[in-house]
Amino acid sequence: MSGFPLFPEQASTIAGRVDALYFFLIAISAFFGLLIATLVVVFAVRYRRRSPDERPKAILGSVALELTWTLIPLGIVMVIFLWSAEIFFSMVRVPPGTMDVYVVGKRWMWKAQHMTGQREINELHVPVGVPVKITLASEDVIHSFFIPAFRVKRDAIPGRYQTMWFEATKPGRYHLFCAEYCGTKHSEMIGSIVAMEPAAFQAWLQGGTGEVSMAAAGERKFQELGCMTCHRGDTEGRGPNLQGLFGRPVTLAGGETVPADEGYIRESIVNPAAKIVAGYQPIMPAYQGLVTEEGLMHLVAYVQSLGGNAGAQGGAGALGPGGASAPDANAAGASPATPQARPSAQPVPDQPRQ
Amino acid sequence: MTTTTSPLIPAAAPRQRTHYLNANYGVLSWLLTTDHKRIAILYLVTISAMFFLGGSFAVAIRLELVTPAGDLFQSETYNKLFTMHGIVMVFFFLIPSIPAVLGNFLIPLMIGARDLAFPKLNLASWYIFVFGALFSLYAIVNGGVDTGWTFYPPYSTSFSNTQVLAAGLGIFITGFSSILTGLNFIVTIHKMRAPGLTWFRLPLFVWAHYATSLIMVLGTPVIAVTILMVALERTLHLGIFDPALGGDPVLFQHLFWFYSHPAVYIMILPAMGVISEVVTCFSRKRIFGYEVIAASSMAIAIFGFLVWGHHLFPAGQSTYAGVVFSLLSYLVAIPSAIKVFNWTATMYKGSIKLDTPMLYAIGFLGLFTIGGLTGLFVAAVGVDIHVHDTYFVVAHFHYIMVGGAIMGYLGGLHFWWPKISGRLYPEMWARVAAVIVFVGFNLTFFPQFILGYLGMPRRYHAYTEEFQVLNVMSSAGASILGVGYLLPMFYFAWSMRYGAPAPANPWGATGLEWQTPSPPVTENFPVQPVVVDEAYEYAKGREVTVV
Repeated sequence: MSGFPLFPEQASTIAGRVDALYFFLIAISAFFGLLIATLVVVFAVRYRRRSPDERPKAILGSVALELTWTLIPLGIVMVIFLWSAEIFFSMVRVPPGTMDVYVVGKRWMWKAQHMTGQREINELHVPVGVPVKITLASEDVIHSFFIPAFRVKRDAIPGRYQTMWFEATKPGRYHLFCAEYCGTKHSEMIGSIVAMEPAAFQAWLQGGTGEVSMAAAGERKFQELGCMTCHRGDTEGRGPNLQGLFGRPVTLAGGETVPADEGYIRESIVNPAAKIVAGYQPIMPAYQGLVTEEGLMHLVAYVQSLGGNAGAQGGAGALGPGGASAPDANAAGASPATPQARPSAQPVPDQPRQ
Repeated sequence: MTTTTSPLIPAAAPRQRTHYLNANYGVLSWLLTTDHKRIAILYLVTISAMFFLGGSFAVAIRLELVTPAGDLFQSETYNKLFTMHGIVMVFFFLIPSIPAVLGNFLIPLMIGARDLAFPKLNLASWYIFVFGALFSLYAIVNGGVDTGWTFYPPYSTSFSNTQVLAAGLGIFITGFSSILTGLNFIVTIHKMRAPGLTWFRLPLFVWAHYATSLIMVLGTPVIAVTILMVALERTLHLGIFDPALGGDPVLFQHLFWFYSHPAVYIMILPAMGVISEVVTCFSRKRIFGYEVIAASSMAIAIFGFLVWGHHLFPAGQSTYAGVVFSLLSYLVAIPSAIKVFNWTATMYKGSIKLDTPMLYAIGFLGLFTIGGLTGLFVAAVGVDIHVHDTYFVVAHFHYIMVGGAIMGYLGGLHFWWPKISGRLYPEMWARVAAVIVFVGFNLTFFPQFILGYLGMPRRYHAYTEEFQVLNVMSSAGASILGVGYLLPMFYFAWSMRYGAPAPANPWGATGLEWQTPSPPVTENFPVQPVVVDEAYEYAKGREVTVV
C-alpha cells in the first residue's frame, strides 16, 4: 500500500477549472444531502409515534412549497449546466499553435508518433506550457485515452479520428489509462505522460534516432501507393490537387461543404466514395484495410505538410461558403515547395516541428 | 382507502381458512397457475436465485480487487465475472425485481381486481423469462461472456471469442417477458379498477408501475433490435457497427443507451412507488403532494427517453449534441428531486414508527439522494469527461440501482411479506439486517466515488498501488453488505414455518390490499370492493392545506 490520496494531481490548464466545478458540486450535494438527512432524522425523532392511536392531521400539499423546491433546484442545475458546458467547449475547441501528436490505440498498447518522427509506446513526452493536440485512432476496438491528472479523456474509435488537446502545466510523470473496456488486457493498457520543460523536451526530441518526419514518411507512402498519378500538383489530375488543401472547406458533389481536416482526409483514403469532391468522378479505389492506421496518419501528415489552412478547427470559416476550394482555385499552388498563402494568420502546424 | 363494505374480513377466521397458498398443492398447481399472486411467487424464487448468482460474481470481483495485482483470477476470468455480474443483475434481477414480484402481486389487489387483465399472458411472461435466463445461464456455464454488460462493438461483434450470442439471445428473449408484463399492467390499470377508484385515487405504487410499464413497452423493443443486430453482425458479418465491415460503432451506443438509460428508470420508478406507500403508512400521513408525485413519475418516464446521449460524452458525438444531452439530463433530475422533497415533507408532523420497511425507506431516501446528487456530477459534461468510465460512475449507478432500487425492493418485500406469506417476519432481526445493509452499502460504494475522481478506470483487473486503501475499504464494505443481504433470506424462510400468523392489516395501512385477509383468497376479495376515498386516508376528515 502506498499512500492514501483523496484527490488527484492538477497538472493541466483545464484541471483547475474542472476541479472548481467539482468542488461547487460537492458543496451543493453536501448542502442538499445534509438538508434531507437532517429533516428526515429530526422528523423521525420529533414526530415518533407516542401512542398506537395517534392520528395526525393530513397535510394535502402546498403549491408554494412545490414551486420552491422545483424552481430553486432548477436554477441551481442550470448554473451547473452552463458552467460545465463552458468548460466542455474549452476542452473540445483546439486552440491555435498546438503541437500535434498522432496516437493509435490497439489491443493493448498506445502507439504515439510526433510530427518529427519520434515514436513512443505507452509513453508520451510533451512540453509544459504548449497546447498539445492529439489525433486519436484505433486499429481494432474502442479504447479511451485518459490522463487523470489533466482531467481529459477521449475515446479512440476505429474507423474515424477523434481529436483532443491539453496543455500541461507542470513537469512530471502522469498516468495514462485506457478507460474504455477493450478486452483481456484492458487494465494493462496503461502508460505515462511525461511532461517536460520546453528546453528539456526539445533536447529529448533532438535525441531521436534520426527517424524521418511523419510528413516525409507520408510522402514516401504517397509515392509507394501511386497516389501522385491522379493527385497531381496541377489541374490535370483525375483526382483533386492536394496542394493547400488541408483545413480548407471542400465543396462536394452534392453541394455540401466540409472542412478538409484530418478525419476527412483519412476517410477520403479508406472510403473515397463517401465524399466526392464537386467536379470529380468517383473513380478512386477504397484503401480500407490496405493501409495501417499509422500509414494513414503519415499520409494525413503529408497532406497537412502540403499547406492549407492552419489547424483544421476553426479554419473552415476563413473562406466564403461555396467552391473556393474547387480544383481550379488550388491551381496556383503548383509545387509542394510553395504552399498557398494561408488566408488566416495562424502559423499553426508548422511551428512546433521546426 | 377505505371501502363501503368495510368488514370484509370475517370476524372470527376459521382455523383452516382457504387462501391462494393452500387452495391446491403440487408442482403443477404452481407451474400452470394463472393466479397473479402465485406467479409473483414464481418470480420471487427465480429472481432471488439470480440475485445470489449475480452477487456471487460481485464477491469474486471484490476479492480480486483487494490487491492491486491481478493475482486471484486471470484477466479473462475477471472480465467474465464483471460482465456476468452486470448481465445477471441488470436483466435478470433489477429490471424484473419490483414489477414482476411486488407489482404482479399487488396491482390487482390495490385496484380491487380479481387478477391482471391477461392471466395466461402473465404466466407466459414468467416462462419466457425463465427461457431467456436459461440461455444466459448456458452462456455462463459454457465459458462465459467477456464483453461487459454493455456489449460494445466492434469488440462484441468481431473480437470477443466468448458466448456473446447465447448471452445476447437470453437478453433478447427476456425482453419479451418485460414487454408482456408492461402491456398487462397498462391494460389492467386502465380497465380493471374497482368502482370509484378514479385515476387520482390510485395508490402511487400503481402510478409508478404505470410509468414503468410505458418504458417497458416502448423501450424494450429497441434493445431487442440492437441485440439482434449484434447477433447478425457476429454471425453473418453484416456491416452495421464494425467499421471494418462498413458500420459505425457509435451507432450501437446510441441504440443501446436509448433503452438502457430508460431501463434505469424501470428499476427506480417502482422503488419510488414502494417508498410512497411505506412512508405514508409509517408516518400515518397522507402523501404530501399526491398529484406532483404522480406527475413526476410520468415526467421521469418521458424525459428518461431523451437523455441517452450523456453516456456518449467522450465517444465522439457532436459537441452540441453533448451539450443538449447534458441540459436534458438536468431536466430529468428535477422530478426525482421533487419526489424526495415530497416524501420528506410527508414525514412532517406525522406519527412515525421505525419498523423495518420504514428503515429501508429512510435508507432509500439517503442513498437515492446521494445517487441523484452525484448524477449532477456526471451530467455536467465538463466534469463527466474526467469521471466517465471511472469508478465514480460505478459508485453513482450503484447508489441508484442498489441503494435506490434494492432498498425499495427489500423495503417493499418486508412491508408486504405478511400479505404475501400470511406470516410476520422477526422484526428485530429485520431491523438489524436493514442497518447492516445501509452501513455495508455506504462502506462499499462511497470510497468508489473518491477512486473514480482519482482516475481509477472501471473494469480494471489490476490497478496502480495508490488505489489500494480505498479498494480494501470497498471490499470490506461488500462483505458487510453480503451479510445484510443473506439475513432476510433466512428469516423470511424461517417465518414461513414459525412466524406468527399475520392479521389482514398488520401495519394499519390504507389501501385495498390490506382490506382482504392475509394471505388473500385466490379471488382476492370475497366481495367486490367499492372505493369512496382518496389514497392514504390516514386521517379521514382531518385534512389541512398549508399555504
